[in-house]
Amino acid sequence: MEEKKEKNGFEPRLVGILCRWCSYQGADLAGTSRLKYEPNMTVLRVPCSARMSPLFLMKGLTSDIDGILFSGCHPGDCHYISGNMNARRRFVIFKKLLEFAGMEPERIQMSWCSASEDKKWADIVDSVTIEVKKTGPNNKFK
Amino acid sequence: MKYAYYPGCSLHSTSREYDMSAKEVSTRLGIELIEAPDWVCCGATPAHVTMHVLSQALPVKSLINAKQTGADTMAVCCAACFSRLKIANYHVLNDPGKKAKINRAVGAEYNGEVAVKHLLEILAKDFGLENLKGKMTAKLDGLKVACYYGCLLVRPRKIMQFDDEENPTIMDAVVETTGAKTVDWPGKVECCGASFSITKTGVVLRLCRDILQLASDAGAECIAVACPLCQSNLDLRQPEVNKKYDKKFDMPVLYFTQILGLAMGIDWKKLGLDKHIVSPLKFLKGKNIIK
Amino acid sequence: MKIGVFVCHCGTNISAVIDVQKVVNDLAKMPGVFAMDYKFMCSDPGQNMIISEIKQKKLDAVIVAACSPCLHELTFRNTLIRGGLNPYMLEIANIREQDSWVHTDRDKATEKAVRLAKMAVAKAKRNQPLFPQEVSVEKSCLVIGGGIAGIQAAIDISSAGYQTVIVEKEPSIGGKMAMFDKTFPTLDCSACILTPKMVQASQSKKVKIYTYSEVEEIGGYVGNFNARIRVKARSVNMEKCTGCGICWQKCPVKVNSEFEQNLGPRKAVYVPFAQAVPNVPVIDCVNCTYYRSKRQNPESKGLCRICEKFCPAGAIEFDQKDKIIEEKFGAVIVATGFSAFDHKVYGEYGAGRYKDVVTALQFERLLNSSGPTQGKILRPSDSKEARTIVFVQCVGSRDESKGVPYCSRVCCMYTAKQALLLKEHIPDANAYVFYIDIRAAGKNYEEFIERVQDEYGVLYLRGRVSKIYRTGDGALLVRGADTLSGTQVEISADMVVLATGLVSNPETVKLGQMIGIPYDKNRFFTESHPKLAPAETQTAGVFICGACQFPKDIPDSVAQAGAAASKVLGLFSQEHLMLEPVLACVNQKICNGCFHCRAVCPYNAIDEEILKDKSVVARVIESKCHGCGNCISACPVSAVDLKGYTNEQILEQLQSLR
Repeated sequence: MEEKKEKNGFEPRLVGILCRWCSYQGADLAGTSRLKYEPNMTVLRVPCSARMSPLFLMKGLTSDIDGILFSGCHPGDCHYISGNMNARRRFVIFKKLLEFAGMEPERIQMSWCSASEDKKWADIVDSVTIEVKKTGPNNKFK
Repeated sequence: MKYAYYPGCSLHSTSREYDMSAKEVSTRLGIELIEAPDWVCCGATPAHVTMHVLSQALPVKSLINAKQTGADTMAVCCAACFSRLKIANYHVLNDPGKKAKINRAVGAEYNGEVAVKHLLEILAKDFGLENLKGKMTAKLDGLKVACYYGCLLVRPRKIMQFDDEENPTIMDAVVETTGAKTVDWPGKVECCGASFSITKTGVVLRLCRDILQLASDAGAECIAVACPLCQSNLDLRQPEVNKKYDKKFDMPVLYFTQILGLAMGIDWKKLGLDKHIVSPLKFLKGKNIIK
Repeated sequence: MKIGVFVCHCGTNISAVIDVQKVVNDLAKMPGVFAMDYKFMCSDPGQNMIISEIKQKKLDAVIVAACSPCLHELTFRNTLIRGGLNPYMLEIANIREQDSWVHTDRDKATEKAVRLAKMAVAKAKRNQPLFPQEVSVEKSCLVIGGGIAGIQAAIDISSAGYQTVIVEKEPSIGGKMAMFDKTFPTLDCSACILTPKMVQASQSKKVKIYTYSEVEEIGGYVGNFNARIRVKARSVNMEKCTGCGICWQKCPVKVNSEFEQNLGPRKAVYVPFAQAVPNVPVIDCVNCTYYRSKRQNPESKGLCRICEKFCPAGAIEFDQKDKIIEEKFGAVIVATGFSAFDHKVYGEYGAGRYKDVVTALQFERLLNSSGPTQGKILRPSDSKEARTIVFVQCVGSRDESKGVPYCSRVCCMYTAKQALLLKEHIPDANAYVFYIDIRAAGKNYEEFIERVQDEYGVLYLRGRVSKIYRTGDGALLVRGADTLSGTQVEISADMVVLATGLVSNPETVKLGQMIGIPYDKNRFFTESHPKLAPAETQTAGVFICGACQFPKDIPDSVAQAGAAASKVLGLFSQEHLMLEPVLACVNQKICNGCFHCRAVCPYNAIDEEILKDKSVVARVIESKCHGCGNCISACPVSAVDLKGYTNEQILEQLQSLR
């Protein structure tokens, strides 16, 4: 994977906020299946993607985190009926606001990943990592 | 309606009548077929057994040239050419690695921007079956046709996205707009032996016997085809089949475009109906379809 | 606050990639943190070590950096209890599934492990002791699906003395097993072993059966589920009907019987099969002349009404309406079974165009002496005896291009059984079986296959069938490959039997979403653990058994039904249940009464409360709250919070990555 390394060797600090029923288990399954992906993302477990509060995005981005990923169950599969849809609405609106304020869209991402989608999880982490690497360090709040 | 047209080598030589009838029918329907300038051989079967890149670079070369016609879709009549062009396009669109190799080979940037369609698809989907029906002047009621698709038109399903690969019905639908009846028969996608016609004629004779038998068992009076090689095997080898297997087949093998042309009242000479080995003329006269 | 961090090697699962010592050293540098490592933290000595450190170092919270919390969170919570700590003072840093198993670069993986552990420490600093809430248990079980699995589960639970309700969508219980002729490998008659169980269930005072019914809604939580059941109008009064059968003898409308797989007729008023439980017919409103005439002209008296005229019990009630029943249950067992794969996608096998190409289930009916042909093997097209039959295995199964990727597990066995039964019916018949592999892993299964091949002379051909078509004489020509002899074979057959695979029921997704059972990519329900919890689901109080979880044969379905029943009984043996304390709570001093929280709550768990100063604020109904946290994100003034996942905790976690 040496080729992937940017010239300046920038290793972004990423955080993934995952619902415990689907995405977190999907990430666990990626481990059980011994898939390999980029090590930049640290995962934080919450009950449901609806626990995602705009507060966390703000806190994350002001705490020198280079990118934040939210991931929940697929539409219709939410363990709490429709929490993921609420999360998506909040996410879309808040992301637009952040973009308006000049934040790069690559830094704030959301995905659906089920408990059986190990490969998808690995792909998500890799693509978020690559995108944030291209975008560079987050110094908007410095 | 404007399409770039790829005739391929057969339609300029052994299958002139396919070319003639396709153009006649298209003109009648207001479908403009503009021959792609400086098109090259599609590679057919020899190319992809020799060199993978070559088999895709050749069709891509023609597709690039097709852009000069101003049309975004290439119309193809020959099933083998159709297969090669469509497969090349598929790889360009879905495999960046192959695309790079192909582009390097042809020395140009091609991103799959020219779609490839068989004339059957153009007639059935773009032009529309109902519209087609409206263009028929002479009803071919009473004609019983077995539509023979062959193997290349429909397979592999993932790439061709043409029709059901085991029981296709698109040609039946097109032929039925003429008022002719198509038979439900199991030989639609059997192999005719293709180019073994020359190297292993015996194989082709056996396969053609099976196809002709299935068609006649199903009550068909003639076979409709959409591939020059299928036509030539079933037509050219029919006397030999009869001799070898002691059969009495007298089954005209017509291009679907010729059948459409007849129903549009186009003169049979313009459709090249005099160019077949098993002459359909007597049969068609008997049916009162031509005079 | 003193926090202990315990880093596990997991043998070499973790330590092979992560420098455990460095993780310990880095963490120990944090103020108020004690850190150590051990080979197997979850083992007895490992846990005892944690307990002794809690006591010696007077720890307030514990971090275990090991495998996923999905595996050992409960284990370590119990360790904390034994150490005298509140179990919710535990945090787990997942450094195995989400670190050592997915990364190869030692430095980066170690760095990530440190980050994960530090994040856990950051959260634990804000942890508060939490106390589970106690709820009562409604000691009644809902069983959805009345096939062999559902029936068995209901019998097991009811015989322990608890109330059980079976909800079955068909007019009779019995499921697919009622359609089978004989069962492999013992050749017991399917009806002979199933019908006594159906009767036992129906006669038990503790079992209530709703047939022709569907579960429309399920709410609540373990011990306290609320279900809404729609009992569809049968048009026949169940109390009055004696099951005499005069109505269906007199009914003039004949349609294809679903139970007979469209090979035989039934009437518009019908019981699906002779041994149906309950033995009460239903009127099929779509085809019944009366209902049809009423639809065309609602004002008229309606045509026909012959059944009504002849019924000696006066049980026909044309104006019956669907009935909605609301009931409380403590547990739910889902046993909704499977569907047969639809072979219409196989153009090469005729895609359903040939009458004599039948499915295995159709062939079961042809073999069955109470079936449409009274057990004579007559081909559907012309009712001639079928003397040469080709069986095609793996139709749909193990075929990623047209069917499903998995093996349906039962087809090898039932095909062998059907071939054997054919030979018993017509000893000089020819039976050919095309197969990919023979999978006969079960007690006496391999011996059975051997017997079918050796004693009964069924010819097995290893290869696929490429084409089936009808020849002029009405026979079917089957063309296939025999890969063992390396030749193409063509067989002229009277009939072809397709061993269609087992796929999930179309309702699976809807039901799963309603009850909260996840399903896999093939739409089978996912068990809570593939090995250690095969009948449980991740929703407490909801269990699964039978082929709705994955294709399985009768003994496996019955065994799983028993397992599900025993889990329910374990639940019912408790007077009270402890529920997770991860719940929302409102700080009523801050709440401004906007009730954005109520709008997003999926469980109606937010109530109004009027304070002394007459202001209206939100209150969480704890027994209804599931702890998703939706309300917290919706609250504009941060008055609501989620215990165990508070805003403070998560913000600390995020800040720890700085």
